[in-house]
Amino acid sequence: MSATPGRARGSIPSTGVRPRGGATLGGTAGRRRLDRWRRPIDVALAAGVFLVAWKLIVVVGGYPVFILPAPEVVAARFVSAWADGTMEPHAAQTLLEVVLGFSVGASLALVAGYVLARSRLAERVLSPYLVAAQATPILALAPLIALWFGSGLLSKVVICALIVFFPVAVATMVGLRSVDRRLLEMAHAYRATRWQLLVTLELPAALPGIMGGMRVGVTLAVVGAIIGEWAGGDRGLGVLINLARGSLFDIPLLFATLLTIALMGIALYVLVVLVERRLVGGRG
Amino acid sequence: MPGRSIVALIGPNGCGKSTLLRLVAGLLRPAGGQIEIDGVPVTGPDPKIGFVFQEPRLLPWRDAAGNIAYPMELSGWGRERRDQQVRDLLGLVGLSEFAGARPHELSGGMRQRVAIARALALGPSVLLLDEPFSALDALTRERFNAELLRLWERTETTILLVTHSISEAILLADRVVVLSPRPGRVVADLPVEIDRAVRESDIDMLALGTTAAVIRAHLAGATDDPTPAELSAELRRRQRQRPVRIEELGEPAWFDPFAPEEPQ
Repeated sequence: MSATPGRARGSIPSTGVRPRGGATLGGTAGRRRLDRWRRPIDVALAAGVFLVAWKLIVVVGGYPVFILPAPEVVAARFVSAWADGTMEPHAAQTLLEVVLGFSVGASLALVAGYVLARSRLAERVLSPYLVAAQATPILALAPLIALWFGSGLLSKVVICALIVFFPVAVATMVGLRSVDRRLLEMAHAYRATRWQLLVTLELPAALPGIMGGMRVGVTLAVVGAIIGEWAGGDRGLGVLINLARGSLFDIPLLFATLLTIALMGIALYVLVVLVERRLVGGRG
Repeated sequence: MPGRSIVALIGPNGCGKSTLLRLVAGLLRPAGGQIEIDGVPVTGPDPKIGFVFQEPRLLPWRDAAGNIAYPMELSGWGRERRDQQVRDLLGLVGLSEFAGARPHELSGGMRQRVAIARALALGPSVLLLDEPFSALDALTRERFNAELLRLWERTETTILLVTHSISEAILLADRVVVLSPRPGRVVADLPVEIDRAVRESDIDMLALGTTAAVIRAHLAGATDDPTPAELSAELRRRQRQRPVRIEELGEPAWFDPFAPEEPQ
């Protein structure tokens, strides 16, 4: 997983009091300001190279639009699909599935991670099933889930929750287990109860790990929603892909849908990272 | 151990100093026997006891004030009482300006001061310190010894201090208890009969040197090395003539933390 650049430097301004020593601090602050200007330029340059390469492949290879449309064709279709209302209901449906499925899956995974971290017995007994469920391709399970839960919203939420569950549960378990024993002894010396220990020490200490699991989970949730829609459904970006490839035979629309899915994944990922920085930021 | 006194526990690694401290703190249960504070046996962690660990052990996601408030939160103190106490303690350890600083923004010495303030949070009558200054550099350490005495004068605490440093033990303690390793037992219980003001100003080097030599002699007996009795006698004889420099006394073998432990 790629860490966002500048995260370790703590680019979110800290509200805390900083130790004295203005000269060096001023230096780093100056460099940080420079970074903030340079970073979008780097990103734009990389995107530019990607688009030019794409365009070159289309031109040099001479591919027809139904195999590989040129970037500007996809961009135009992306804009028109959003403008004429083709994309919006599908995107909204998929987003709803992802958000619901992620919330349900991550919540259950937090509880399960806690139980697994607390009880070696639970870990021994349950982890084979957890791993087996994770190792079985969700693509193979999706038709079965559609059969059981119908082709509506519920089956997609179930698939998303299922795919999110494993990374978050494992991250929670590992995070809770690796809390510094010395801090636990310290809290014990101040007579922390089981519950106080969890809320004031174990959860905050495990949070960076848990958020790492959530980063993986949220991108997987998008995959889950698309797969769920493929297995059955009448709305969603997965359905739109099928339509664009099949009855509509509108390959630029297919690419525009892929672009929407990718953007949705990036947006959700960034959202999780922002929440993470908000919660974990400033620990040094 | 009488109230309002400072007792130093000194001894080589593995003689159970830290374990003894944890027994007093109620963090460990004794296999036999009983530990009493004011006539009440210790059965578990008690708010009457403040513990300062070898490392600061601060919560990295809380600022200095939040770390000091932590024991009070766990004990269910009200917000106002908590804030007042945090302010007082920050002032006591000289960190009022750093209330909002996170541990990573503080120096090692500042962090340990926060940890001491946290140990004082619930107004303990006994303060247990487990080699609290061993992670600090020598200069900071000297200043901390003075600060600890100042704190002790201002609060109503009895201090039990584990240390590796003879000079630290003499400087701070009313009594120095020397422990021997495996099985851990008390080899000597020595009063330090030098006025604190004198110790701090380092005037009476001779008396300090003598006390140090006596402790050293007992520590020498605490190892399994067959240290000749003549050596300590000779040391004491030379003591009477002039202050003995530390280099001349030499270091017991186990005093080197990097030396491999010798088998029994």
